[in-house]
Parts: sequence; C-alpha cells; structure tokens
Amino acid sequence: MVVPMQIARDHDRIFGALGDATRRDIVRRAIDGEEGVAQLASHYPMSFAAVQKHVAVLERAGLVHKHRIGRRKVIRTNLEGLRTARRLLDRYEELWRERVDRMDQLLKEAPKEAHR
Amino acid sequence: MTVTAVRKDPESRTLTLEAEFDASAERVWELWADPRQLERWWGPPTYPATMTSHDLRPGGRVEYHMTGPEGDQPRGFWDVDEVQPPHRLVFRDGFANDDGTPNTELPMTTDRVTIQEIGGGKTRMSIESEFPTVEAMEQLAAMGVEEGMTEALGQIDAILAETASAR
Repeated sequence: MVVPMQIARDHDRIFGALGDATRRDIVRRAIDGEEGVAQLASHYPMSFAAVQKHVAVLERAGLVHKHRIGRRKVIRTNLEGLRTARRLLDRYEELWRERVDRMDQLLKEAPKEAHR
Repeated sequence: MTVTAVRKDPESRTLTLEAEFDASAERVWELWADPRQLERWWGPPTYPATMTSHDLRPGGRVEYHMTGPEGDQPRGFWDVDEVQPPHRLVFRDGFANDDGTPNTELPMTTDRVTIQEIGGGKTRMSIESEFPTVEAMEQLAAMGVEEGMTEALGQIDAILAETASAR
C-alpha cells in the first residue's frame, strides 16, 4: 500500500508542478544549474517571493533541488525527476490501482457511512 | 485482487485496467455519480480531492482541486462526453489553471469507464485511459519543458543520455 500511495502522490505533485508555464520554464533554465532564485526571478515579470514559491513547488515535486557552489546556492533540475516523469504511463497504472483500492474500501463500508 | 487485468499499449497510447467489485453496477456507478463519494477516492489521502462542480451530463463539466500537505492546490476538470447510468461514462480529464480555466498547455487524457455486472453479486469495471497523441505523452512525460521548441526535448534526451553514461 505504501509504495503505490507514494507513486500516486508523486504523480499529483509532478503534474501539479508542471501545470504552470513559469514552472516549466524554471525547470528548463535550471538544467544548466547556474542560477540562484534571485537570478531566476530576474527572467520573469513577478516578485522574488512568487518565483521562490514556484521553486518550492518544483522542489517538493522532486523536479529541482538546491545545490551549493561555494557561498552560492543554485537551483538545479533533478534529472532523476525528469526520468521519473518519463515513466508516467506506468504511473497511470499505479494511480488507477490506488483509486480502485479506495473504491473497493468505500464499497465495503456500510451504505449509511458512504453517504455521509 | 480487486484489479484483475492491466494492459498498456504504447501504440494506441492507452492504459486499460479492469477491476471486480462485490457490489451491484448501480452501487459502483454511485462512486462516480455522487461527488461526495467521488472525492473520497479520486485523490490520494495526502492530496484529497474536492469537487467544486459536478455536472455529469454529456457536454457537462466536473471541476475539482486537490489539496496537498503544503496547502498547494492543483486543479483539474473533466469535460463529460458520454453518460449512460450505470454502465458507461466517457470524459476528458484535463488540468486547470489557478483560476479554474482549462490549462490548454497540457494535454487531456480521455477516460472511458465501463461497468457491467458479471453474476455472483460481482461487477466488473474497466477504465481505458487514452493519451491524445504520442507527442502529448512525450509532453507529459518529458514535461512539456518547451512550448514550440521541440529541440529542447532532444536536448533533455541528450543530457539524460550523457548523465546516464557518466554515472
């Protein structure tokens, strides 16, 4: 149960994270892994805080990570995260298996509770 | 085993999953037709779904968001194509922007749900998920990093190949 749940959660995070054009652009820029949040922020017509928030969402989705170069912290695209994204068809299977498990649990509940 | 069969067909870009439940077709249909029940299984426990609109008719729309542990709320919607209670439901599942409008940059998947009683108090449900194009799969998979710059996909492939051989 634990592993498929993790996969379903990853799936939602990845899709949630990639559903935004700015975040996709950040992922592309961070492949080079040379820029910190402030430098990244200079590319977009939005506040530092807003860009920082986007980076945090990508980080939680496992798509970028912070990397220290000397005193600087740069944002790097997590290539393993990209590979993970390539396996989405497999993940769809896990997603639906999870959903079917939850459906099954719901069906096993007393009808009253299911309608609460 | 609730899930009885899984087929993945990269050529037709479909995933087909079959499951059997100890319940009537009507009862299984309710899981889709009742938004309060739907939101109890659509999202994982860590990202529970909230259905904000649920118009299950051909041409209707279902809108929802999920709520993550950090308060992030990815949004999605269905455009409903076919509804034949309690046997058949076809919808396109897409991603929505923060304001709820469809996100046209990410492709939609088509889901075809078939529900049939098979005797012995059991019901078989089959779900077929289809990606619109190979490109769409690639886009979802390689993450649509670029809009209109297809060489970027090649760039990522090259980087992936590079790091794979370097490690």
